[in-house]
Amino acid sequence: MKGNRFDMEHIEIAWCPGCGNFPILEALKETFESLKLDPVDLVVVSGIWQGGKTSQYLKCNMFNGLHGRSIPLATAVKAANPRLTVVAQGGDGDMYGEGGNHLIHAIRRNPDITVIVHNNMVYGLTKGQASPTSIRGFTTRIQVHGVTSEPFNPLAVGISLNASFVARTFAGDRAETSRILTAAIKHKGFSLVDIFQSCVTFNKVNTYQWFKNHIHPIPESHDSSDRMKALELAFMTEKFPVGVLYVNEDRPTFEENLPAYDSSDEPLYNREVDREKLQQVIDGMR
Amino acid sequence: MPKSDERDVTIVLAGQAGQGIQTIGSILTMVLKKSGYQVFSTKEYMSRIRGGSNSTLIRVGHERVVANVGRIDILVLLDDGAIDHLASRISPETLIIGEKENLQTSYEIVDVPFTGIAKKSGGKIYANTVAIAALFGALEGEFRVLEEYLTDYFQKKGETVVSGNLEAARQGHRTGGELRSSGKITFHLEKNPKTANEILISGGDAVALGAISGGCRFISSYPMSPATAVLTFMAGQDSRFGIVVEQAEDEIAAVNMAIGAWYAGGRAMVTTSGGGFALMGEGISLAGVTESPLVVHVGQRPGPATGMATRTEQADLDLVLYAGHGEFPRIIYAPGRIEEAFKLTHRAFDMADKYQIPVFVLTDQYFIDSHYCVPDLDTGTAVTENHTVQTLADYKRYAFTDDGISPRGIPGFGDGLVCMDSHEHTEDGHITEEIELRNRMMEKRMGKMGLIAHDSIPPTLIGPEQYRVLVLCWGSNYHIVAEAVALLKKDDIAVLHFSQVFPLPPEISDYLEKADKTILVENNYAGQFERLVRTYAGIAVGHSIRQYDGRPFCSEALAKKILPILPPP
Repeated sequence: MKGNRFDMEHIEIAWCPGCGNFPILEALKETFESLKLDPVDLVVVSGIWQGGKTSQYLKCNMFNGLHGRSIPLATAVKAANPRLTVVAQGGDGDMYGEGGNHLIHAIRRNPDITVIVHNNMVYGLTKGQASPTSIRGFTTRIQVHGVTSEPFNPLAVGISLNASFVARTFAGDRAETSRILTAAIKHKGFSLVDIFQSCVTFNKVNTYQWFKNHIHPIPESHDSSDRMKALELAFMTEKFPVGVLYVNEDRPTFEENLPAYDSSDEPLYNREVDREKLQQVIDGMR
Repeated sequence: MPKSDERDVTIVLAGQAGQGIQTIGSILTMVLKKSGYQVFSTKEYMSRIRGGSNSTLIRVGHERVVANVGRIDILVLLDDGAIDHLASRISPETLIIGEKENLQTSYEIVDVPFTGIAKKSGGKIYANTVAIAALFGALEGEFRVLEEYLTDYFQKKGETVVSGNLEAARQGHRTGGELRSSGKITFHLEKNPKTANEILISGGDAVALGAISGGCRFISSYPMSPATAVLTFMAGQDSRFGIVVEQAEDEIAAVNMAIGAWYAGGRAMVTTSGGGFALMGEGISLAGVTESPLVVHVGQRPGPATGMATRTEQADLDLVLYAGHGEFPRIIYAPGRIEEAFKLTHRAFDMADKYQIPVFVLTDQYFIDSHYCVPDLDTGTAVTENHTVQTLADYKRYAFTDDGISPRGIPGFGDGLVCMDSHEHTEDGHITEEIELRNRMMEKRMGKMGLIAHDSIPPTLIGPEQYRVLVLCWGSNYHIVAEAVALLKKDDIAVLHFSQVFPLPPEISDYLEKADKTILVENNYAGQFERLVRTYAGIAVGHSIRQYDGRPFCSEALAKKILPILPPP
């Protein structure tokens, strides 16, 4: 990608040819560039999964953390320095399985971060087990008789918890993916973007074509502030709606609610300990 | 009753949860201190909100009192269920005070009708104030001090509450005076005006204040006894000092948040107990490989698993020493004195920042919940060392340097990019599996232990330099062991206390070599510190005294255990 400041030159990308991560990576770089972000002020926090390597291929600040734990880390990065743009990236297992509890509570907190989930309905990095979003009947070497559990519905979970931005897109549609990512990052508050992609090596069911056949665009007429309608859309799992389902502009962010920023908007690293006040507190115990 | 030349008096308040023992204890200790008495208090309680049996021990003296004892001089019974619980500590000399009407026991009770007197002053609700005032009066406390304190304490609740309490206090104080004039209480302790102005502080408070002093700006934790005390204190100070205080959804979130905060430049800590810490293992390992500073306060309690949630033990040393898969450096502090907890917690932040490692502050329920008087906490000269660098465009987070410590940049501060990776990584923080890089990075990280070993806190020797017997201890046992040894009144026993348990200070060998006999005292079954000493200093300690019943040692009982081990004169 010429002239894109987030492009890493001279790197060997570890994904399989045809992997959905490629277009997502390009869409991300496009998005960051169009938002005129400075790489120095952008932090991408990733977990562990094939898509987790995305952060290796972006030129910006990066914290590649533990499987399932990028959301708490991202929340704290933003809280420590709200001037940073913070994106947390994970796979469906990373974000909805290992990290499920953190997803729920981050939605409650509403930090101003963007959570991007590469949802390919399988565990690719560990070579082909079911993921929380795998469809029923999906067989693997572990789920030998086919998945019997109900697939996790991240959009419904998000909307029911009043997440302030909930969207789904398909990696195969790069322009639309960029558009949604841009809106998500611009949005002030917690943004959840679930990106359908295919895993060419380990998921022979939910292929590129399968996704194309099982999605339909959310109609223009949809009012994204209508939570009940958004939930209805989220419950459609025969043909998944793609687009922005729900936006709530009214929730204050986690950072806005922090008393630490009541009397100063300096990031935490730029503050001195008030020793006089400390002495006063101690003297109050005499 | 202790005789008039005894150095201190012990009072135990005992009753059910919900009867106000802790309130009585905290007000009484404060007004006693303001009167010029040295006070020490510690509490033992069951893991319940109502019922059961809890007690608070208060020691009052002219000289400093700082350790747990078993002896009870005055037992204030709010519930007779507590008697069985404390039976082993009651002696013929113990004076038992209580409201005879409400108590059924064969022990002789001096009747002090707390609720009866309270009702006359305006209501049953003032019973606790009556109890406080009675004891205060019995200990020759001036009413003026109590009046001033109670007025201030209840001010926010309005005039009626204030005057009701003051009336109850007046009546109670008079009753206390009658206990003296009737000859039931005869001892006399000198007051010291200097003591009146000392700080009355708990171990938990000291850890929290030390954290603030050390520049802590972020604390993320999941509530867990006994470590919640630190979180609560910080929460009360968040606006004043600009600290982010967040109750995490679980301990895994807590530790990952703390690491995220450090990454973005905020000094962060977590506070937890053994069971919560057990969940943080992977996070500790993350701090290790990413060379992230991290401060973890572990307030120990008996395990395994849920154990005894409100009691004390020193059995998580091994856990804290080995937590986190893989190999990486760490430091473990285990303060023994309240002033030390303040200093060491502050130091933990500076050391974490300097060496880019996890640093642990290891305490326990007994330490966190104990209060005593301290002349001052050294805040004036305490400077926070800040090791963050402003990055240049070609910045590499893990650049190889001569001493193995790479300058630590943070995102958004300078022109460089800061990349950290939980994988093995290159100098600029990206994933690698290359043999040479892996070896160099391991050696870089582990090489820091060499530097850390020179930045040690030596153990503290208490007693004669020419000793024959050396009693070793660590963490909260400092004062108890010191007092136990002092009770033996011998001139050839010294105590060696470790407030840094890892890495083991190198001086240990010299100290142990000089001793004919070595005894190690700790609150766990397997002798975890003893094992650490054997592993890292190659020295086998001669004798062990271990307790694992969830209670702290008592100085007199400990002295009795040490005595038979001593060599003949």
